[in-house]
Amino acid sequence: MIRLFAFWAGTFNDHSVTEAMGRQAAVIAHEWWFFFAVCTTVFIITMLFLARALMKRRTVEDVPLATGPAVLDPRRERTLTIAVSSAMGVTVVTLFVLLFVSISTGASIRHFNSKNAVTIQVMGHQWWWHVIYQNTAASETLQTANEIHIPVGKPVVILTSSNDVIHSFWVPNITGKRDLIPGYSTALWIQADKPGRFRGQCAEFCGHQHAHMAFYIVAQEQNDFDAWERAQINPAVTPAPGSLQEKGMQKFMAGPCVMCHTIRGTDAGGAVGPDLTHVASRSTIAAGTLDFNHENLLKWVRNSQDIKPGNKMPAMQITDDDLNAIVAYLESLK
Amino acid sequence: MKSISVAALLLLSLLAGCAREKRSYQDQSPYVEQAPDKVVQSDLHPGMMPPPSSYEKNVYAESAYDVAEGQKLFEQYHCSGCHFHGGGGIGPPLMDSDWIYGSDPQNIRATILEGRPNGMPSFRGKIADHQVWEIVAYVRSLSGLLPKDVSPGRSDQISLGTTPQQTHPQYEKKEQPGLNREEKPK
Amino acid sequence: MSSQPQREMNSESLEPRPRTPMSDAEARNWLQRTWDDGKGFTSWFQQVHHTVIGRRYIITAFCFFLLGGLLAALMRIQLSHPENHFLSPDFYNQVFTMHGSTMMFLFAVPVMEAFGIYMIPLMMGTRNIAFPRLNAYSWYLYVCGGIMLYVAFVLNTGPDVGWFAYPPLSGPDFSPGKRADFWAQMITFTEVAALAVAVEIITTIFKLRAVGMSLNRIPLFGWAMLIHSFMVIFAMPAVALDSSMLLMDRLISTHFFNPAEGGDALLYQHVFWFFGHPEVYIIFVPAMGIVSEIIATFSRRPVFGYPALVLALVANGFVGFGLWVHHMFATGLPMMGYSFFTAASLMIAIPSAVQIFCWIATLWTGRINWKTPLIFVIGFFAIFVLGGLTGVMLASVPLDTQVHDTYFVVAHFHYVLIGGALFPLFGGIYYWFPKITGRMLSEKLGLWHFWLFFIGFNLTFFPMHILGLKGMPRRVYTYLPQNGWGTMNFIATVGALFMTAGVLFWLYNIWTSYRRGPLAGDNPWGASSLEWATNSPPPIYNFDELPTVNSRTPLWTATAENPVIRGLRIDDREVLITRVLDAEPDHINSFPKPSPWPFWSAMATTALFVGSIFNGYALYIGAIPLAFTLTMWFWPKKHEIALEEAEGVRR
Repeated sequence: MIRLFAFWAGTFNDHSVTEAMGRQAAVIAHEWWFFFAVCTTVFIITMLFLARALMKRRTVEDVPLATGPAVLDPRRERTLTIAVSSAMGVTVVTLFVLLFVSISTGASIRHFNSKNAVTIQVMGHQWWWHVIYQNTAASETLQTANEIHIPVGKPVVILTSSNDVIHSFWVPNITGKRDLIPGYSTALWIQADKPGRFRGQCAEFCGHQHAHMAFYIVAQEQNDFDAWERAQINPAVTPAPGSLQEKGMQKFMAGPCVMCHTIRGTDAGGAVGPDLTHVASRSTIAAGTLDFNHENLLKWVRNSQDIKPGNKMPAMQITDDDLNAIVAYLESLK
Repeated sequence: MKSISVAALLLLSLLAGCAREKRSYQDQSPYVEQAPDKVVQSDLHPGMMPPPSSYEKNVYAESAYDVAEGQKLFEQYHCSGCHFHGGGGIGPPLMDSDWIYGSDPQNIRATILEGRPNGMPSFRGKIADHQVWEIVAYVRSLSGLLPKDVSPGRSDQISLGTTPQQTHPQYEKKEQPGLNREEKPK
Repeated sequence: MSSQPQREMNSESLEPRPRTPMSDAEARNWLQRTWDDGKGFTSWFQQVHHTVIGRRYIITAFCFFLLGGLLAALMRIQLSHPENHFLSPDFYNQVFTMHGSTMMFLFAVPVMEAFGIYMIPLMMGTRNIAFPRLNAYSWYLYVCGGIMLYVAFVLNTGPDVGWFAYPPLSGPDFSPGKRADFWAQMITFTEVAALAVAVEIITTIFKLRAVGMSLNRIPLFGWAMLIHSFMVIFAMPAVALDSSMLLMDRLISTHFFNPAEGGDALLYQHVFWFFGHPEVYIIFVPAMGIVSEIIATFSRRPVFGYPALVLALVANGFVGFGLWVHHMFATGLPMMGYSFFTAASLMIAIPSAVQIFCWIATLWTGRINWKTPLIFVIGFFAIFVLGGLTGVMLASVPLDTQVHDTYFVVAHFHYVLIGGALFPLFGGIYYWFPKITGRMLSEKLGLWHFWLFFIGFNLTFFPMHILGLKGMPRRVYTYLPQNGWGTMNFIATVGALFMTAGVLFWLYNIWTSYRRGPLAGDNPWGASSLEWATNSPPPIYNFDELPTVNSRTPLWTATAENPVIRGLRIDDREVLITRVLDAEPDHINSFPKPSPWPFWSAMATTALFVGSIFNGYALYIGAIPLAFTLTMWFWPKKHEIALEEAEGVRR
């Protein structure tokens, strides 16, 4: 039996409920295997009883309709009553056990109290994730998108909200999902126990590109996390005068890009699309859809509608030279 | 015969429904080539013939989706910063029937692209062409110049970027995590 | 039960009258003439008999089933491999919304009511359903609602917001155009129709039962339809209200669901699921009735534990209203409430388990007759028990937050809905087809149908459990290759192919058997309930003489001297009304004759509903023709009054 479980578990890839990388997911995965074992047992027992009932040699072939209905034997009916009642008793007890396990699991993953936990505000947009690391000093507040860095082994608070429609925040390796509902802000705790990149995806239908609304949680050791945070707070790098990157920056600032995107340290301050200040430090673009690399950037900036039809970024009418320059500039935004 | 023509009319009106529901993830606007100086701002013109206008109609004004996109862009590009939600304030109101620079779609488009004296900036090159047409359609819907079935309904108007009202039970003070509670070892 | 009722009727309640000796054939002629709704084009729009309307309902519902299945096939093709471009996201969203809405609102609920409309009056031993004109009206409304939705879909105005249509996505800001409005009005159509049928079925079961069929002798399908109808009455107004509020938000700028103005997006979900969860039981409970009938007939004994089964159905009805929040475990509501709904969701397993155990006990002690209806019920056991157990998993909040809105849930509810409702329904078709058409379905084709559908079903939906655990969310139009969901999705698509083949076998079976199948006779299965006491197909007046009942299995305990009811007029549509508890004769009522006005009222209602999608004033203007047609519907007709007041021919 255990080998069977292991085989099944082994067929899962990394983006999976049973492959726990965080405290809550681990507890839930335990609960899952418990429920799985109980339910499988119940299923098998019920099916065995059904099979036994059907295989009794009292079947009638071809002449059944002439034979009248069975005459009920009162003693056997009594036995049946006892059998069914005791089966019900077992069922009720089993359900109580499941209820107890469920509620105690729920209680154990609800709070990780911790002073000065990292607090991250996550806001859902059609179809990307806006991530804000709050800080009492406004200059230390940093914004990014679609990639949430957290320290390993430390509780983190996620404050959720939505900018437009209902989305749902879900990283199967870390914890269960939480809906992001306009007008509501909720708080949930998460904690990653192993370093790594864990994929999350929007789980509530939110329109055209619900399918391409992913993000990553990057769990890092505290030192790496601090370094990352310090780097992210810095404004964007200014390209060297006369370089291709500088031309790209000029095109960016003169073109439609600037209407929607923010690059801190420049004139770009749009709030419609993701913050691009350190876009090159992220591993994906288009909300976890494409890897961050030169070809993908070219494709995406030229006509994002080919890749994510219906997304809010319009197709650009720009020359190849300008496109190359803009992409070079974006690639420099480490 | 009569019933056939009635049926045909009905069918045509239904086909209008198709345009209204089109979700165009544009692509390119069909009016890219339109030069700004072709916009007619006056009926007076030299010579015998009026200048040819490449503009025929704004296809974006036929799609409820595009008009609604225009509505969102109107907020996102901060048009509402001056015009508010059509009632005007710093800029002129857009809900009334007074049009300083003309109410035709190409007039409004020119206003957006070229800017106007006393504060209206030029957005040439900043807004993709089809988005301009979507904003034009929305602006016209504000003063009732579009049919009712494509005009957007009320907006949800959730303001951008601010924290929404914290009404959720979990967000109550005692549940607010991490701030005023001692750590309990588990 | 002796011949008491008969004597009572003859001697007291229907006093002096000429006693004309009449042959059976002559009486049948009279009944035929009296109950005949007429033939021909105009009569078609006036027919009110429950077998006629019931047959239309069944056929219509299965047409929508095929359409919904076609849409499902499109989705399976789109999802067969990653980043497929077969459907655009916009069209895919319309397709999955239409699939869900069709299956829930235009197939599952109506088809259960359809079988109720056809079978309940026969099972209760009466001549027509209560409120027959309302019945006709409900069918026209249902058809108009369905056609409206599909016309809109063909014109690229199909709803694209999911069958649940959560605002703000379905609100005016994020769903411009009329797509969501058509969805919301389709709800209104089908809910009005469903409510009408629920009222008819409750009244039929309570007041039109055969003499002697006291509450504890009602066939289990009758009990199931009764519970179903009460659930409809309590649940459906919630969704009609919810969709109307959505419509108002969209059309006349109210702010019910707009948080910026003090509205609440979660309110919609609460009201929707207050309907939405009972909806599952509304679909499932009648299927339980079908299962009980089939098991009793094919194991040749009365169902074991009749009182327990009835109580289980009632418990389903009550508890079904107490677990809607388990659809909202991911919204972040307070813990205390969650625990309550977890407990309630686990509790619903108890009545279901009672039923399963009682059926197994019945089979255990019965003499099994392996025919297609029973085989479908066995299929039901395997699939439904599995679906029920994944349901138990979903009741747990922590587990649910992981698998909520993933393919795990898709697998779960297809196991309970296809397993719990469609398999019994297919069984019911093989069971009752002889009664409805007079011909048997082919057993051989039936087996092909079963195995293809059963294997295809498991191939399609079992991998979805694993997909859900592997993190695949619902309602995605595609997925990335690196997610590793390709293989399972491909298997699911292959399974859908098998299911399609199974359905084709079924259609072919119906087509050939309807024309050339062996004649069935009155009671081909040797079943026990009253619908088998009349011809197949039943005459338009259902029974030559109204039967009486002396046990839970009347046809198995009937004797040659079993009394029948006499004394009803046969030149007027008279039926016997009995008392609610003990089904003793109470009084006689004259039933409505055919009328074109239900049809015209339905047309006026349709105009009002469709008009109000485009303009709020349609509500006022549309009320005028509606009031007119309703007035005409109830306007007393001279010749009908004269007929009812006449002395009449009795038998």
